[in-house]
Amino acid sequence: MKEYVLKRILSLIPILFIVSLVVFFIIHITPGDPAYVMLGDTATEEQVEELRGQLGLDRPIYEQYFIWIGGIVTGNLGYSYFMDMSVTTALLEHLSPTAALALLAEILAICIGIPFGILAAKKKGSYLDQSLMGFSLLGISIPSFLLALLLILLISVQLQWLPVAGYAPISEGIGMHLKYLILPAISLGVMQAALIARMTRSSMLDVLNENYIKTALSKGAKNRSIVYKHALRNAFLPILTVIGQTFGVLVTGAAVVETVFNIPGLGQLIINSIERRDYSTIQGVILFITFSYVIINLLIDLIYGIIDPRVRLSQK
Amino acid sequence: MDTVRQNVNLTETKNNLKKQQRRLLMRKFLSNKPAVTGLSIMLFLIILSTVGAWLVQYSPLEMDPTSRLEGPSAEHVLGTDNFGRDLLSRVIYGSQVSLIVGFSVALITSVCGMIIGLYASYYKRLDNILMRICDGLMSFPAILLAIAIMAALGPSINNVILALSIVYTPHIARVVRSSGIVVRKQTYIEAIESQGASSTRVIWKRMAPNTLSPLIVQSTFIFANAIIIEAALSFLGAGVPAPQPSWGNILYDGKLVIFNAWWMTVFPGICIILSTLGLNLAGDGLRDIIDPNS
Repeated sequence: MKEYVLKRILSLIPILFIVSLVVFFIIHITPGDPAYVMLGDTATEEQVEELRGQLGLDRPIYEQYFIWIGGIVTGNLGYSYFMDMSVTTALLEHLSPTAALALLAEILAICIGIPFGILAAKKKGSYLDQSLMGFSLLGISIPSFLLALLLILLISVQLQWLPVAGYAPISEGIGMHLKYLILPAISLGVMQAALIARMTRSSMLDVLNENYIKTALSKGAKNRSIVYKHALRNAFLPILTVIGQTFGVLVTGAAVVETVFNIPGLGQLIINSIERRDYSTIQGVILFITFSYVIINLLIDLIYGIIDPRVRLSQK
Repeated sequence: MDTVRQNVNLTETKNNLKKQQRRLLMRKFLSNKPAVTGLSIMLFLIILSTVGAWLVQYSPLEMDPTSRLEGPSAEHVLGTDNFGRDLLSRVIYGSQVSLIVGFSVALITSVCGMIIGLYASYYKRLDNILMRICDGLMSFPAILLAIAIMAALGPSINNVILALSIVYTPHIARVVRSSGIVVRKQTYIEAIESQGASSTRVIWKRMAPNTLSPLIVQSTFIFANAIIIEAALSFLGAGVPAPQPSWGNILYDGKLVIFNAWWMTVFPGICIILSTLGLNLAGDGLRDIIDPNS
């Protein structure tokens, strides 16, 4: 197990290196001088020079990269001149709404996706299966920001059940928090629920065809215990992968849905930073989200190794 | 003389076999409901975006302040927007943008991904470097990488296509590589190599055709994703710039007036759902036709 963990962690190094290179070069593919673009047309020559110095743009490019990456290793993501604070502080301020939204959406997606997938697999070919899979195809085809707009139109504008937009931190009470967060979470969670349901169904069907299930059946095991005790446990690996992948999608999807509902999260931070051409913040936030995504996937891989010995043994 | 006749017969049987295979594939396709439905929806959207644009009586950019935010009527079938522009015309011209972006991205990623995937599966040393780069690019959530590139390049249709092509090329490369490696290990490749076939010949004549089917399926899904992400980028103000209509930026305008004009959200919304639903159906169907085990 130790060997497996070490191997997986080492395999991250080239990936993280390439991710950091891409994020670093984003500021350098901008047409024109970034310092000039950031300051706008009204800037004087001296102001541009000063900002170039502060951003380190007057140094050779490899030196700039090492200074930047050195900062990141010590937790310093750079400085935002627009907000007059460090990018790390800005990021932490905007993190909790995004995290809360992504988490609630993931919970919804799992609670809807897995039971629906199991149900569809148990009744394979029936009308129930067909309609569940039809819904899930529809769910995959509606982008979350569009579903958000349609839900606002129906539930907030027509029925006036929930607020159109806004955010209440959890300190204002859990009811208030959920009241603002439930529509965004549904908009975000539906596509993931659909993906999880599809994966659960196909993975369950694979396992239900295995010989050991037939053995269990012939030994007189109850249907219920076969589905939940034997099949689900073995069908769980692919489902777990999808959950891991969806989490990354959720964090970024949250960024888009946030702008629909005016939630002050990471998404709003990125979008505002794009409008202000605040490159240090864009780089910092993108690097942070991508690193968390990579690490979540690593954790999922490690959980694999724990629940399924075949995985860790095949890696040797 | 006899050998010539035999050769002619051989080519004839070969051609007949090919014809039969094609007929079988066609029958398989026509009996696959999702594939037929999906491709019909796409055909409908393509006709709408070409013939429809020719039939509408208003320009998508023509403003008319006297008829702002009018609901659907005989004059403006889908209503007007907050500048008094005809929504039907904007939705139809917007469909051109979405389809062009989706198709271009699918095409560019297929070509680039195929080249990268094939060479990676042929040359082991190249494989290591190329696949690490692909892993790196794929570890970004797609829309986030697209946002980052758009933030650097600035909003325009060409930049959206470029950004999405960078995002999705690794996905095609991965798929092509994995089927390329399977072909590479076959004995007949070893045989023609020992007869002196060049690497270019092996790669393009023998390996490439065998990677086509998974590539087509994958590029259908990329087509759908490209439409979704283009709409999201334009909705966020980082995609197709106003006043040129795109489903995403119509939705952006629609959000500003969501209390007064439901039609600005519902109609472009239906178009997005239709197109991605069509492509997802087509992709699922094609996958079933090509690989019945999946």
